[in-house]
This record gives sequence, structure tokens and C-alpha cells, in this order.
Amino acid sequence: MALSKEQIAQRIAQELQDKWYVNLGIGIPTLVANYIPKGIDVEFQSENGLLGMGPFPIEGTEDADLINAGKQTVTILNGGSLFDSAMSFAMIRGQHVQLTVLGAMEVAQNGDIANWKIPGKMVKGMGGAMDLVASAENIIVAMMHTNKKGESKLLKKCSLPLTGVACVKKVVTNLAVLEIKNGAFHLLERAPGVSVEEIKNATEGTLIIEGEIAEMKF
Amino acid sequence: MINKVVKNVAEALHGVENGMTFMLGGFGLCGIPENCISELVRLGITDLTCISNNAGVDDFGLGLLLQKRQIKKMISSYVGENDEFERQMLSGELEVDLIPQGTLAERCRATGAGIPAFYTPAGYGTEVAEGKETREFNGKMYVLEHAFNPQFAFVKAWKGDAAGNLIFKGTARNFNPMMAMAGKITVVEVEELVEAGELDPNQIHIPGIFVQRIFQGKDYEKRIEQRTVTPKS
Repeated sequence: MALSKEQIAQRIAQELQDKWYVNLGIGIPTLVANYIPKGIDVEFQSENGLLGMGPFPIEGTEDADLINAGKQTVTILNGGSLFDSAMSFAMIRGQHVQLTVLGAMEVAQNGDIANWKIPGKMVKGMGGAMDLVASAENIIVAMMHTNKKGESKLLKKCSLPLTGVACVKKVVTNLAVLEIKNGAFHLLERAPGVSVEEIKNATEGTLIIEGEIAEMKF
Repeated sequence: MINKVVKNVAEALHGVENGMTFMLGGFGLCGIPENCISELVRLGITDLTCISNNAGVDDFGLGLLLQKRQIKKMISSYVGENDEFERQMLSGELEVDLIPQGTLAERCRATGAGIPAFYTPAGYGTEVAEGKETREFNGKMYVLEHAFNPQFAFVKAWKGDAAGNLIFKGTARNFNPMMAMAGKITVVEVEELVEAGELDPNQIHIPGIFVQRIFQGKDYEKRIEQRTVTPKS
């Protein structure tokens, strides 16, 4: 069975390390916050100027002056802090944030990512994505392995306008966990019940399969 | 104490004209200068270039200026959530310059800090870097980005004093501090205007030196774009 969006988030959460500051993008990445492993302390950074982001506020306590980068009302946890956008991106470009998790339309085998623009369609903008991918030490992409037409989103080369070059290190899809190195996708784990063959067929880019590929554990 | 207080929004916006370049603080609808935007709509000035992270929604924020076709060009990082914006952009009525959010923030900061340009890694190898100088530092490639040159900056703060010292609240801070530093004329509207001496100097986010005019705002709507809550258990 391919993973649900929640399971993709749950698998990515296993990558979190103690004392990391983490920026979560909109969509599946946001769900990662629901699955922080026990015994691990992380703080979430929201690029609109918030560290120590907490869950959605209890109904009736929401504050228009406290939102996340997705413009959703949120809370701030003990130990959290507030700052302006220039300082926020100083944290990001200065590599004080250890992990960025974001979605993508396409990822290439050299680590290129495209996630902001489809030619001919309304372009909403890149927001903070270009700053995040240009600077983060660790970038994990959370996405579906194929698009709605069944075409691979893990490519030899991105066809869409790029967000960043040679920056993605890891991809977690509904089918697999893959590492990007030496210009290829390396299959690390497969979703429970998904065969290596299925993953191969759904991956257009070069896929390296070494030895037995274990199933993901939850 | 140099007094920066003006009596109302009309006085605060004295001198704004057609064709000017403005900075407007806010992230989404959070921390936007609601009073200044309303007054710009009332004045009906046109051909404006607006530097703002977002472009409001159809019926609020910068969306109000878009409805009246007062904006010629938007410089933003993200402009979703606005149908009228989309219509004007696709029809070519509205010029749009999309730039990475961190680059936008730093360009605002640079403007006020006397830095004409700086190198950033954001956008290298993408269409954002097309036509721009690039340079390698320590094995990594960077793009040269320039400061802005706005005539006015419109800023929303939580509290301010007569000397123009400002304190922001929550994530309504966002782009407001850098824009306050960047305006040739910086106009600040506050939820609470107090006498000089009433704010603790240790707690000031933006010193009054950056502010030319400050006024007591009114009728704040502070709309929420995405009301997300945890149900009461």
C-alpha cells in the first residue's frame, strides 16, 4: 500500500534529530509536527517571524497577530520568540535552521527542485522557498511519487522552472524513501507492500538499488 | 524629544502622488497598515508601485487598491488568494515582480541601512537570477540583489510613542521594521499612541529616528485569513 499523506509526514518525522530547528512548508510538511518522536526536542520556525511554533489555538483564543507562513492562526510555545522577516531569513541563510521540509512538483536526480511555477498557469510566487532551498543543510522533499496523470515526479532533469539547484538530499514519497547523491536517486526504503519494481516503474530518473530494500517501519 | 505625531491619516499621507513607489508592511493580512491603505484608496492616486510581501485579498488590504486599479506594479514574494490580482496580471494590466521572500526582506533592510546591494544564494540557477551578476564565494554561487528606493513606507505597529519609537506584536512584526527603516518618509500607524517616556527604551523594536510621521490608527479589523483552531475538548 502506498502511504497516505499522514504516513509520509510520519516517516519524515523519524528524520528529526534532537535540538534541531526545523522549517516546515505548507501541505504535507506541516503534518510532520504531529509525529515528533518521543525524547526529541525540536523547535519549529515559521519564516514570517516565529520560533517555537505550537499547535492551532483553542477555539476562541485565536489571535490575528499570531499566524504561521501559511497564514493560519497558531500558538507560541514556552521558549519561543518573535522577530522580523530579515532576521528570520538570516536564520535560514545563515544555516541556523537545521532542516527544511517542503513539497515539490518535480525533483531531479542531481537534487534540483521545482515547486513554484507552471508556465501558462497563474504564478503565485515562490514565497520563502528559494531562500530555504538555497541555504538549508538538510532538505527533505515530501511529495507523491507520480503526478495525477501517473507520470514520475522524480526525473533525470526538471522540466518546470527551478526553485533551487542541486540542493535536495532526501525525498520521501508515498512509495519510497530515497537519497540523492552522485547524480542519482538511491532507494533506501519502500512503503509497506510496495515492490521495488513498482518504485522503479514510477521513477524516471536514474534509480540505484543496492541489496535488499527494507520496508519502512512506523 | 523630536515629536513625530501627526493628527490623522490625511496629514500622515501628505505628499503622496501618482506614480510613486511605496513599501507596505504586513504578511498576508497580518500587520498591514489598514488606515493608510484606506486613505490611499480615498485619495485615488494611481500608477503606484507597491513593495509588499503579499497583495491582500480581493476585498481587503492591497486588494482594495487593486480593485480601483491604482497599482501599476507589485513587487512581492507571494500573491495567491486574490482573484482580481490574477485577472489583472493575466490581462497584462498589472506588472508583477516576484522575488524570494528573504531577498525581499533583505532588500528592504539594505535600503534603510545604506547598503546598495548584497549577495544572496537565493534564486541562483533559477529565472530569478537571469540578467543579474553572480559570484562565487567559498565554493558557492550567489546572486547580486539591490536595495529599493521608495518614497514612502507605510508601517503598522502595535504601540508607538510621540518620538516615533515602535513596538510590534506577535507575527504582525514581519516586514514592518525593515520597511520603517527604508522609507524616505516613513508613516507609522499604531494601535496605541503614547507619550514619550511611557515605553520602556529596553523594549523598543524600532527607534524613532527611522520614523517621520506617526498617528493613532482606528477601526482595526485585523482580519484572519485562515482561522485554524483546536476544538475545545
